[in-house]
Amino acid sequence: MNIVRDSIAGTLESNDLLVKVSPAQDEGLELHVNSEVIHQFGAQIEAVVRETLSRLGVTNALVLIEDKGALDCSIRARVQAAVLRASDATGIDWEALS
Amino acid sequence: MNDIADRLAGASTPALAGLEPYAGFAAKTPYLASREEKRSRKLCASLEEAVRKAGLADGMTISFHHAFREGDKTINDVVAALATMGFKNLTLASSSLLSCNAPLIEHIKSGVISRIYTSGMRGKLAEALSHGLMDEPVNIHSHGGRVALIQSGELKIDVAFLGVSTADDFGNANGVSGRSRCGSLGYAMVDAQFAAKVVLLAEEIVPFPNAPASIRHDQVDFVVKVDQIGDPSKISIGAARITSNPRELLIAKFAADVVEHCGFFEQGFSLQTGSGASATAVTRFIENRMRKRGITASFALGGITGSIVDLHKKGLIETIIDTQSFDADAAESLRTSPRHLEVSTNQYASPRGKAAYVDQVDIVVLSALEVDLDFNVNVITGSDGVMRGASGGHSDVAAGANLAIVVAPLIRSRIPTVVRRVNTVVTPGECIGVLVTDHGVAVNPARPEVAERLKAAGLPVLSIEELHERAVSITGEPRPIEYLDKVVGIVRYRDGTVIDVVRQVKG
Repeated sequence: MNIVRDSIAGTLESNDLLVKVSPAQDEGLELHVNSEVIHQFGAQIEAVVRETLSRLGVTNALVLIEDKGALDCSIRARVQAAVLRASDATGIDWEALS
Repeated sequence: MNDIADRLAGASTPALAGLEPYAGFAAKTPYLASREEKRSRKLCASLEEAVRKAGLADGMTISFHHAFREGDKTINDVVAALATMGFKNLTLASSSLLSCNAPLIEHIKSGVISRIYTSGMRGKLAEALSHGLMDEPVNIHSHGGRVALIQSGELKIDVAFLGVSTADDFGNANGVSGRSRCGSLGYAMVDAQFAAKVVLLAEEIVPFPNAPASIRHDQVDFVVKVDQIGDPSKISIGAARITSNPRELLIAKFAADVVEHCGFFEQGFSLQTGSGASATAVTRFIENRMRKRGITASFALGGITGSIVDLHKKGLIETIIDTQSFDADAAESLRTSPRHLEVSTNQYASPRGKAAYVDQVDIVVLSALEVDLDFNVNVITGSDGVMRGASGGHSDVAAGANLAIVVAPLIRSRIPTVVRRVNTVVTPGECIGVLVTDHGVAVNPARPEVAERLKAAGLPVLSIEELHERAVSITGEPRPIEYLDKVVGIVRYRDGTVIDVVRQVKG
C-alpha cells in the first residue's frame, strides 16, 4: 500500500494511542514509538505495529506512535485507520484487515 | 526572702548536697517578672528569629505535617528560608511529601537536606529521588511506623515546624478555626509531643485561650505569624479525590458487596476507608446496605471524607476518629460534632504506643498500585519502578483490622495490577483478606470462611491466579523493570523492620 499523504488516527486519551503516518523521506520504513509503558511493552508495541504495517503491505513510510497504554487490538485498529487515510488505495482488501 | 542563707545555715544533711537554694520566684522563669514578656515570650517577629531561638544547627532533624497535602505552603517556604540562612546537612522528617514539594529538589542538590524520612512522595520530587538524587536512601514509613521510629529513638526531631490555622500567644493551636482550616492535626500532635523544640507557624494569632487546643501550650516553644500555611481547597485532589469514573465506582460497588457479606457487617461494626478513589467511594454504597440490615457503625477511622461525615450526620456512624481530614466537610464536622474526635497518629496507629485505634477496626478498604499472587501490596512504586505513592496507614490498619479489603482496577492503562511479584512490598500479604477488582474478587486462601460467605452471596469469587491470568491475557506479559544496584528507598514496616528496598531505575 502506497503512502501518499500525511494522516492521523487515534487520540491521546488514556488507553488509546495517536498514530501519524507520512510518506517516507528515504526508502523503507521509519518507525518511532513513544509510550507511557515503553519499559514494559515497548518491544511488544513495535512488533504489533510492524506486523500490522506488513499485513497492509506498507514498506515505505514514516510512522510515529504516541501510545498511552493502548491494548494490542487498539494499536492494530489505529494503525490500520491511519494507513488507509494516508494511502491512495482504492480496492481495499478488507480480509487483510481482520 | 533575704534570710534564705540564714534559714539553711547549719543544716548539714547529705540530702541537701547538690540542691540549689531559692533565688527568687522568677529566677528560673524570668519572663514572669514582666507583665508584657510573660505573655509575649513565645512570639517571634520572623521565622528566622524562631529558627535561631530554637537553636537549629547543621546536621539536625526538622519535621513537618502534611495535612494540607497538595495545598501545603509551609514545608517549601521553611526549607527555602533555612537554605537562605545557610543550613546544611539537615534530615527532613515530614509526615509525608507530595507533588507540591518539587521545590525541595534544589535544596537536596545544594546539600541543605541530606536525609529524608517520609510516608510517601509524588511528582517531580519522587521522580528525582527514584533516579538517585540523594546519596542516602529515603526512609519510607507508615503513619503509625513514623511514630514508632520516634518512640524507638531512631528518629529524633530537633525542631518541628507546624503550620496551624490559629494559635494564641502561648501556642494553643488547632486546625478547625481561622481561614485555612485543614481539620485534624493528627500528624502535628505527634511532633508537638516529641520534638525537642516546637515552632508553630500560625496564620492567625487569636486571643488566649484558644480552644480546642489540639496542640497545647505546654508543648510549644515559639509562635510565628505567617501569611498563609496552606490552601485547604487542594487537600482533596490527587489521592484524596472524589471520583465519577464509572470503573472506579463499579469497583467501589463490588467492595461494598464484600463489606456487606464478609461476616463483619453487624451492629456496632467499625470501618476505615483509605485514600484512593474507589476506596473512598465505598462509603457511598454502604448507606443502603446498612439501612436494609438495620445496623449502625460504632466508629469510622482514618482519613475522613465528606461521605463518612454524611453517614455520621445521618446517625449511621456513631463516632468519627479523625487523624487526617480529607476535605472541608470533614474539617467542619470535626469542629462541630462532639462525636467527631481528633486523634494523633500515635493514638491512631503506632505499634509502639500502648494501644492504637487500628487494632479495633473490623473492616478496612484500602487501595493498591500492585497486588501479587501472595497478596503482598505495593503502594509506593509505580509499574515503571518509580516511587509515586505513599505508605500511609496502609500496613497499620491492615495489621490491626479483622478484615483488610484491597480495591484496584485489574488493569491500569495496559499495566496489570495483579502481578506475579510486586515491585515493592509495603503491606505483607498475610494481612490482606480480599482483593476486589473490576473483573472479580479474590480471597486470601488463609481466609476460607470469608471466601465461603462471599460465594454464598453470589459474588464473583476467583483465585488470585485466575485474576492474574485474565489481566495478562488482555495486556500481554510486561517486561520486568530494569534497576541499578543503588538503593534509593528503604521501606520500613510499621514496627521499624525493613520489609523491602527500592532500587534506582535504569535510564
